[in-house]
Amino acid sequence: MLLIYETPQDFAARTGDKATPYVAAWRAYHRALVDAGVFVGGDPLQAVDTAATVRLHAGRRHVQDGPYADTKEQLGGITVLELPSLDAALEWAARCPAAATGAVEVRPLAPDLRHRIVS
Amino acid sequence: MTDADDAIRRTVEAVARDSYGRLVAWLAKRLRDVAAAEDAVGDAFVAALSTWPRDGLPDQPEAWLLTTARNRLHARYRRERTAATAHARALQLLAERAERAAAGTTFPDERLGLMFASAHPAIDAAARTPLILQTVLGLDAAAIARAFLVAPATMSQRLVRSKAKIREAAIAFEVPEPHELPARLDAVLESIYAVYGSGWGDAAGADLRAGLADEALWLARVLAGLLPDEPEARGLLALILFCEARRPARRAADGSYVPLSQQDPARWDHAQIRDAEQNLAAAARSGRPGRFQLEAAIQSVHADRAQSGRTEWTAIAALYDELVRLAPTLGALVGRAAAVAEVHGPAAALLRLDQIGSDAVAGYQPYWAVRAHLLQRLGDARAAAAFDRAIGLAEDPALRSFLLERRG
Repeated sequence: MLLIYETPQDFAARTGDKATPYVAAWRAYHRALVDAGVFVGGDPLQAVDTAATVRLHAGRRHVQDGPYADTKEQLGGITVLELPSLDAALEWAARCPAAATGAVEVRPLAPDLRHRIVS
Repeated sequence: MTDADDAIRRTVEAVARDSYGRLVAWLAKRLRDVAAAEDAVGDAFVAALSTWPRDGLPDQPEAWLLTTARNRLHARYRRERTAATAHARALQLLAERAERAAAGTTFPDERLGLMFASAHPAIDAAARTPLILQTVLGLDAAAIARAFLVAPATMSQRLVRSKAKIREAAIAFEVPEPHELPARLDAVLESIYAVYGSGWGDAAGADLRAGLADEALWLARVLAGLLPDEPEARGLLALILFCEARRPARRAADGSYVPLSQQDPARWDHAQIRDAEQNLAAAARSGRPGRFQLEAAIQSVHADRAQSGRTEWTAIAALYDELVRLAPTLGALVGRAAAVAEVHGPAAALLRLDQIGSDAVAGYQPYWAVRAHLLQRLGDARAAAAFDRAIGLAEDPALRSFLLERRG
């Protein structure tokens, strides 16, 4: 799984009527992932100002406006890939348009835990 | 930090670059243990950083370092003596010899043996280049992992496993016998070339890995100096020098990507080009052509544009034909297609690209970039998809922007 962290400039470049180079780069990247047969799924997320964060404190709901972590780069989307190794995942992460400006976190899924939860 | 401290630190760094590999090579060969040699030499450099600023620079920094490394081995020997192991005895003998070597004015340069051991066929191919970087230059696993885009923990494991392999399999720290030399030398040359980055001309790799370009140049120079009669060693040095010479011209003032055909030759480093030409000429005199000499010769033709103002594509295509015959790598096949496009036009070049297996090129960015340009020149609607593929596989943001603009 690639966790895509984007800068405020990246978020700004995602919206608007005109196609930006950033979105064009994402289109190309997505196409390369699909053509290489490694794309499983994923989606972009709406801008951070749409986020709300929920916690229960002593049984009481606390809802906070905004994202969980207050950082410059924010989670902007996720991409799930099927790859043979961590090295291959790092290779694809480096090609992600967000890697040049924000950051791309690479994490393996946990199929064993998934099995214990969903079976 | 004072200026004097700064000066000492710079001196230690300068000494380290040349001496680290020599010291590790000397100790590793006698100890038959790369990791132990690295530990002792590493300790010696740490000691240098703390004592030299206080006591001043020793007359013979290398001898000082070897003596200090010896003392560390002595200390280790004393700790292990009670075990009365053969290993402890070996450590003691080694420490005595280190003392004699340090007393002499020169001690032999055995880095070549260390390079051959690191690129031995028994060592995992993915570990050879990192191992050379670590043993000869003292780069740490994290820096190597960054350059090769591998997780730092994975890189550490690879290096540790490879050093264990050298010890357990008793891999010799020797220059191979003449009948073995060509094949074994190829592995060393390829490892050093891999330090330089991707194998295709001005492709993104060389710029992204700019941090290690100096290291590659340094290793190639050491290798060519230690093997003056091996034309391929000089060929590799010439190739790296040609590519480095173009570095200043590869980016415009605003940081945007400039393809080779649009580079201003005035911005090339002409001293480096002369150095490259001299090495290539010396290699050619041997009458034994090889992959690296041919690749350097191709770059030499490109460099001629600085004088003639034009590129002799016919010569480049002919050199690529020979290169493909000798070493049909993806880079050579794609490079040849690009040259064919200039001589016989884009349709002929596209045929060449179509002959390359489709599995091999799936993730090879330069293939898609060349294909996109050819299709665009032919007015073929498939150009957009090829551009997308080339853009999606690009890692360098400057190259990505350049291709996005070209695609339109």
